[in-house]
Amino acid sequence: MAEVKLEGVGKQFGSMDVLPDLTLTVRDGELFTIVGPSGCGKSTLLHLIAGLEQPTAGRIVFDGQDVTGLAPRERDVALVFQNYALYPHMTVAENLAFPLRVARRKLGLTRVEIDQEVHRTANLLGIEALLERRPRELSGGQRQRVALGRALIRKPRVFLLDEPLSNLDAQLRAGMRAELRRLHDELGITMIYVTHDQTEAMTLADRLAVLDRGRLQQVGTPQELYEEPANLFVAVFIGYPPMNVLDARIEQAQIKTGLIRLPLWPSLSDRGEGKPVKLGIRPEQIRLTDVAASMDHLRGSAREMVGVVRLIEQTGSQIWVTVDVGGTEGMVTMVGLAEGGLTTKIGDRVRMTFLGENPHLFDPATGARLDLHGQTRQRAEGMP
Amino acid sequence: MTEGRRRVVIRPRIRRLGDSMKRWVGYAVLALVAAFCLGPVVWQAVTSIKPEADLVRLPPLLPDAPTGEHYRAVLTRSSLLHELLNSGMVAASSTALAIGLGGFCAFALARLPISGKAVVLGFVLSTSMFPPIAVISPLYLFVRALGLRDTLAALILTHTTYALPLAIWILTNFFRQIPVELYWAARVDGCGPLRALVSVILPPALPGIAVAALFVFIYSWNEFMFALTLTASEASRTAPVAIALFPGLHEVPWGDMAAASLVVTGPVVLLSLFFQRHLVAGLTMGSVKG
Repeated sequence: MAEVKLEGVGKQFGSMDVLPDLTLTVRDGELFTIVGPSGCGKSTLLHLIAGLEQPTAGRIVFDGQDVTGLAPRERDVALVFQNYALYPHMTVAENLAFPLRVARRKLGLTRVEIDQEVHRTANLLGIEALLERRPRELSGGQRQRVALGRALIRKPRVFLLDEPLSNLDAQLRAGMRAELRRLHDELGITMIYVTHDQTEAMTLADRLAVLDRGRLQQVGTPQELYEEPANLFVAVFIGYPPMNVLDARIEQAQIKTGLIRLPLWPSLSDRGEGKPVKLGIRPEQIRLTDVAASMDHLRGSAREMVGVVRLIEQTGSQIWVTVDVGGTEGMVTMVGLAEGGLTTKIGDRVRMTFLGENPHLFDPATGARLDLHGQTRQRAEGMP
Repeated sequence: MTEGRRRVVIRPRIRRLGDSMKRWVGYAVLALVAAFCLGPVVWQAVTSIKPEADLVRLPPLLPDAPTGEHYRAVLTRSSLLHELLNSGMVAASSTALAIGLGGFCAFALARLPISGKAVVLGFVLSTSMFPPIAVISPLYLFVRALGLRDTLAALILTHTTYALPLAIWILTNFFRQIPVELYWAARVDGCGPLRALVSVILPPALPGIAVAALFVFIYSWNEFMFALTLTASEASRTAPVAIALFPGLHEVPWGDMAAASLVVTGPVVLLSLFFQRHLVAGLTMGSVKG
């Protein structure tokens, strides 16, 4: 168990700047996820923390101890790989015992004690029946458990997971996610979990960091990132379906885009007439209804648009509808949530109503969030 | 309409005909290649059991009364057994040295953070491009200066040197094929590079090591020129050189040479068969998802 601090960590491969300059603190006992599109440097970051790669700049600190120059084994970390990396020539029991056998002298363990630990860990993960099997005789989910067990058995200070669930099928993934959360809560280890799947990151994490092209975009709880994304990248990356982003402008104390007009907050009004902004509206803040019907209580607030249905996505309880909306500033495509009972098909005209009270506004040049109070907010730790 | 129907009927037949033709052509090519490779061996085998009188006459193709006389002569009245032992010691030692040294080198090139790996690998390979004949005189002087002339050690060192680039090249590629995550996992689990190599990388790499070892062994076993130049007596003479020295001043004992050749080939063939049966299996299966 440890607090992990990255202080200005940078990594270059040749002339390629994978991580320019990153400062981040993962608190003791926290389940922290790092999420970003592939190639954003998140796996490299994990390798740096594990000691498999050396940073070209900055320091890595565990609980106040500088571990930057230490070999992986001196850091006392465990790492679970996307492809599990089980030792093919060893049985499950031998795989589990391996980290203890390697450190036997240092830990002063006897064979019997190692055996007991193997059984205890196997029991924790429900793989006791598999102990004599070899990795090739296991299913994906079983291999995953063995990989977790091999990482947990040593009770590492920091537990690192590199996309551990992405090779499992969807159903198994949900189960393992819950199990990981349970293991974390039971053992209270600091876990750093890397994934490209924002749903996974959001559902698992105590806090998460969004990474893009090696740069930290925002750090916070899932709710903070969802409700107050620091910039356009985070806004669009977090949440499914992704946030609708529209070009808008401030006109006569209103935010205006096409036919939508939203009242402007008093503090924003002095930001200047005609100023262009990016308006972000989450799909769940848009309701779709028949053209004929309308939401009477919202009448007159100019929060409605009419468009043509282009795509319908059924997810069971929810129906996401992609709609083309023709406006004075060209065609815009938006995603909204269909009202229960709405039967629609592609090509139909539907009415879209914007429900939310607080849309997200971003600076079109920098992508930074324009706060309700008219300030540009920087939420990411360590950003200038 | 009718044309379409006719095509439906005819097409499968054409395809079947084409398929079986292809198969037979394939067999024919295989048979030709096998005959080309095995022909001389069969000729040797026939020669080795022909009585002395039949040796230089063509009909009969096969001897009427096969004889084991040549084998008896080779195994009892010559020093071939001793030379086979020499060959075995040289080949086994060279293989052990080349695989041992080459294995460490290949592992370092495949996994350790070294700069200029491609240059090192290229340089290593380039040393095997010198034709042996070009280095043989300096090598002879060198071996004599070291006082190693006519010793097994001279041959072992030479063969190891010449086999190392091949071993390093093959092993580097095999180590690279083993998922890097296995090495990383071992490092994170507490191993230093050496322990990671021994405990985690070597076992799944065994088929590759076997292949490399087999190549080195066969090279050393069959090597002729260095063995001829650096040896002088039975003390260090290897089997191929011994066979080459069979012909006397006035006669060439074809039957004995054929028998000796087959005896010398035997161990290598057995070794190859053994490795083929036991080791060319996907040992890495199941380690990572694939």
